[in-house]
Amino acid sequence: MIRNAFPILIVLFSIFCIWIVAVAPMNFKIALDQLERQKEEVFPATSPERRNVSVVILMFQNSKYIKASYNLERPRLPTPKQVANEIWKTTGKMAIKGRAWSKRSLIYHGWVTLKSTFFGFALGVSIGLLGAISIVYFRVADLSLMPWAIISQTIPIVALAPMIIVLSSQIGIDNRDVPKAIISAYLCFFPVLVGMVKGLRSPEISQIDLLKTYNASGKDTFFKLRLPASVPFLFTSLKVGIAAALVGTIVGELPTGAINGLGARILIGDQFGTPLAIWASLFIAALLAGVLVTTIGILQKITLKQMGLEA
Amino acid sequence: MWVVIFISVWLVGWGINIVLANSSKVAPHFRNIGVPLIFGITILILWEIIVQGLSVSPVILPAPSLVISTFMASVDVLWVDFVQTVVKGAIRGFLIGAVAAFFIAIIIDRSSFLTRGLLPIGNFFSALPIVGVAPIMVNWFGFDWQSKAAVVVIMVFFPILVNTVQGLKATDTLQRDLMKTYAASYYQNLFLLRLPAAMPFIFNGLKIATTMALIGAIVAEYFGSPTRGMGFRISTGVGSLDIDLVWAEIFVAAIVGTLFFGLMTWGERKITFWHASQREK
Repeated sequence: MIRNAFPILIVLFSIFCIWIVAVAPMNFKIALDQLERQKEEVFPATSPERRNVSVVILMFQNSKYIKASYNLERPRLPTPKQVANEIWKTTGKMAIKGRAWSKRSLIYHGWVTLKSTFFGFALGVSIGLLGAISIVYFRVADLSLMPWAIISQTIPIVALAPMIIVLSSQIGIDNRDVPKAIISAYLCFFPVLVGMVKGLRSPEISQIDLLKTYNASGKDTFFKLRLPASVPFLFTSLKVGIAAALVGTIVGELPTGAINGLGARILIGDQFGTPLAIWASLFIAALLAGVLVTTIGILQKITLKQMGLEA
Repeated sequence: MWVVIFISVWLVGWGINIVLANSSKVAPHFRNIGVPLIFGITILILWEIIVQGLSVSPVILPAPSLVISTFMASVDVLWVDFVQTVVKGAIRGFLIGAVAAFFIAIIIDRSSFLTRGLLPIGNFFSALPIVGVAPIMVNWFGFDWQSKAAVVVIMVFFPILVNTVQGLKATDTLQRDLMKTYAASYYQNLFLLRLPAAMPFIFNGLKIATTMALIGAIVAEYFGSPTRGMGFRISTGVGSLDIDLVWAEIFVAAIVGTLFFGLMTWGERKITFWHASQREK
């Protein structure tokens, strides 16, 4: 881990530098349009004349205005500083003012997304576990369910997402939590199912035979051999599963009509033309993903150590 | 009455499957296709019975028969949407993303410093909800397929990159030593040993990326598109209560997703026929 820290930092730093350099060409045309409106002297003087000139040439011709690219209110590509400011404005600053649960605060929207992610994760993991157990114990289930589980993942869930939302509101569930949880469970059950089928089948035949010679019941074989053997597989799938659950929740928040949640903030930011809000929500979503996966990673280390299996 | 039909259809379907699954007389090939097929058909019939029996409004949940007739009636619309979303957006983005990820993986692999720095970041990025960049890409590249392809490129890039880099490390010491005794050059090593050994990993990445590509292309259309495309049709269809057309689009998406995934599986079987997971059981 420490050995990797230095290269990771260097790579992150280079991404950061590329980002800052890219801001100027990305925003320069917008910046020039704005300067033109403020009666500054730019060359070529009007927007239609500039349309077909390459950004690089424009930057040479108007080099004294390059700084303006870094200070736009609605940039195509915001600077890291602008994004950081926006995140601080909608999280820390609001929390200090005691408005952490205001509708404008990303802490509130992040919490909405996190809650739905947990519901969807719980639902998806339960479905995955039940499916895996029935697949391992019943041949019919193995033959009928497994191919459909694979096909279900090749169907793009986003096509279904608006339908699930409409369906549940027609049935009388006005709360968006239920459809969001279903969408994220749909994405997250599959890695758990596949991982657990592998895990529950991981004991060797000789081990199962040994338990048979002990006259162990089916229950004992399950709880004392199969389940413990599957724990390392379980944690690996849970890590994939929680990331998938978060993606599912955000996809569930994207289609029209959502008000709460990070996905809805992205949508609203798009509709109102406030790119900074989109970028801030994206970074908070990335942060959530990182925290969730890391948490499961830590749980994995602790559990496996307790069981005597080093991760 | 319909409750009785519902339960009896379920029992018949499940019963046939139990007999098929446990019988030793049926050819395994037939069994492996027949059982899931019967399961799927049973579910479709049950769906039809529920809709007819409870007389569910087609605005809420159309019956499979209605979806199929809508599908037949609007093949031209569905075809236009398919070309816009899949051929122009998803497949182009998939190709660009996959080729870029493949070559960058080979470059990264030459330097252990870059591998150590980029691999954890690549892993982290593949866990992120990247679909969220869709509105930004639509803003950058406009409403047409270019923005959809851009979202797809970003979505498929990281899983393929991570898998390729891992695959290039999949050779064992014995194999590498053998190549050394042959005095193999870097390129001989790459083309004769390491790329073939990486193929199962690369196909794993490609398979994950197939679904990602369709998701990316459809989601990006929610944020603005020309007046065609599967995502466009789905979001406007939900708004104007053309639910049967929406289900027809979902049906198309399901078939495309399955075929795309199947294509990758077929390619994997052709190219990595030597790998343990592909051998006849």
